Amino acid sequence: MEMLVVNNLYKSFGGVKAVSNINMKIEEGQIVGLIGPNGAGKTTFFNLLTGIYSPSSGDIVYKLNQEVSSCNFKPSKMVKYGVARTFQNIRLFKDMTVLDNVLIGYHNNFKYNLFTSLFRFPSFFKHEESAYNEVIDLLKEFNLYDKKDVLAKNLPYGEQRKVEIARALASKPKLLLLDEPAAGMNPNETRELTELIKWIRDEFELTVILIEHDMSLVMDLCDDIFVFNYGTLLAKGTPEQIQHNPKVIKAYLGGE
Amino acid sequence: MKILGKKNIITLIIILSVYLVVGLLMNIGIIDSYIQLNMVLIGVNIILAIGLNLITGFTGQFSLGHAAFMSIGAYASGIATAKLGQPFIVGIIAAALCAAAAGILIGIPTLRLKGDYLAIATLGFAEIVKIIGLNNSYIGGAIGLNDIPQYTNWTWLYISVVGTIMLAYNFVNSYHGRACISIREDEIAAEAMGVNTTYYKILVFTIGAFLAGIAGALYANYFFFIKPDTFGFMKSVDILVIVVFGGMGSITGSIVGAVVLSIITIFLQGVPELRMVIYAVVLFLIMVYRPQGIMGDKEFKLFNKEGVLDGNVSSK
Ligand SMILES: Nc1ncnc2c1ncn2[C@@H]1O[C@H](COP(=O)(O)OP(=O)(O)O)[C@@H](O)[C@H]1O
Ligand SMILES: [Mg+2]
Repeated sequence: MEMLVVNNLYKSFGGVKAVSNINMKIEEGQIVGLIGPNGAGKTTFFNLLTGIYSPSSGDIVYKLNQEVSSCNFKPSKMVKYGVARTFQNIRLFKDMTVLDNVLIGYHNNFKYNLFTSLFRFPSFFKHEESAYNEVIDLLKEFNLYDKKDVLAKNLPYGEQRKVEIARALASKPKLLLLDEPAAGMNPNETRELTELIKWIRDEFELTVILIEHDMSLVMDLCDDIFVFNYGTLLAKGTPEQIQHNPKVIKAYLGGE
Repeated sequence: MKILGKKNIITLIIILSVYLVVGLLMNIGIIDSYIQLNMVLIGVNIILAIGLNLITGFTGQFSLGHAAFMSIGAYASGIATAKLGQPFIVGIIAAALCAAAAGILIGIPTLRLKGDYLAIATLGFAEIVKIIGLNNSYIGGAIGLNDIPQYTNWTWLYISVVGTIMLAYNFVNSYHGRACISIREDEIAAEAMGVNTTYYKILVFTIGAFLAGIAGALYANYFFFIKPDTFGFMKSVDILVIVVFGGMGSITGSIVGAVVLSIITIFLQGVPELRMVIYAVVLFLIMVYRPQGIMGDKEFKLFNKEGVLDGNVSSK
């Protein structure tokens, strides 16, 4: 079933057309790759998908927890709609512990109200405890349990990326958007990340859209690939098709 | 995590014993009226600093107008008790609610503002409150409001201070409080994780103002007499200094800051011309050698993880 439909999407900043005429349909349960040179508009596209920018024209429709279109997007509501993301330039809460970072991901799943927290009524302990247990399980799966009390800013780069993914997952999304998750990782970490993403898709039954420059990761992971160039879609297809598409080879792969 | 766990029972016993012992010392005169007066000032400052810390230290919203909320509380309680002859509890509730309403009012329009702009807007708000006070003859204008009954006693003060500390601690250590901290850390990421930043910014302004209103009521009903100038820009700065000195994002820090800075002020009362100089030097040294404030963002904890007494400084 289609869970994401993008129609004639445009976004310009002053004179810069960052995204133009994007049309896209994404099926449930897929891992989709977005590739393209720097400045091609991939991150802008993610920002449109998560309500950080609103489209200049065109629209985006999700059919996840509920059907919702981009005219109603609000960044803080995307998690409720089932969309969670990571950022290209890691945006962890630096002076909070790993545990607290991931607990923020869980924010919308908490149910107790303000007065319960102020006066610590019994349901406070019940909810905090079950949230804690869920988050701890997640951290264990990510091999981050030993680091749960470490401040996010004190983690090595590769682990910061993992915490960001764990934080996004804690919101229990249906769609996970990863912006260059392997950037700055060494080949070992990248391989580990590839396995982690596959495992995430199967374990959490998610759809994943990822922006990535590491071709081995993209070709290995993705069911479908969209190629961005100068804000437009240059091509789409399976990894096999993209690798043999002459337009793509010319524009992006440099004819290797 | 039990409500009637060992930790909580010990804490309760400590809280009650301090109340009884200090009350006794007051009754037999070891704590004289001069010390009592300073205890009221310290208690009021603790409440004010914790409220501002929630706004500025935990949520990262810079405010330079905190004294305005205190002013609104002081006048509300002053009017309720002196002019309308209501009991103190009515004065306190009126003070807290009026100040909280003002917190919502200032919170809504200033939400779009960040950093310096927000600071200027809160400063402007505080000036407006002061000018309204100066020009309103019902509350005495520039002369001030007189003959406020002295209802503030050790019991009211202690309940207010301990209540403030406990509520603030509970708030900060809940998902609501963590959401506020995440706004300070990275507003865009917080939104992307589902934190309604607008709601939480208004909420902390409201809670901070609510507490400042209570502080204002305690102040007004101790010193008989209030005037708009008492709650001017310098009072807002005083509160901010306590928060920065004690540590942004530490409740214990605000307590330590209020106590230490008040004591310094008391000792320097004999030499008023030196007071501001030494005060400034202390602040300067703190900012140079410990810019994160005395406590940083750590809390002093009476118990370790297993619930055993061991006065420990630990991270939140
Ligand atoms: N907030 C913004 N204001 C102005 N220009 C922007 C903004 N965000 C992105 N752009 C521009 O949009 C284009 C696409 O950028 P981006 O989406 O970051 O590309 P990518 O992620 O594919 O490298 C770039 O030319 C960039 O400078
Ligand atoms: Mg990018």
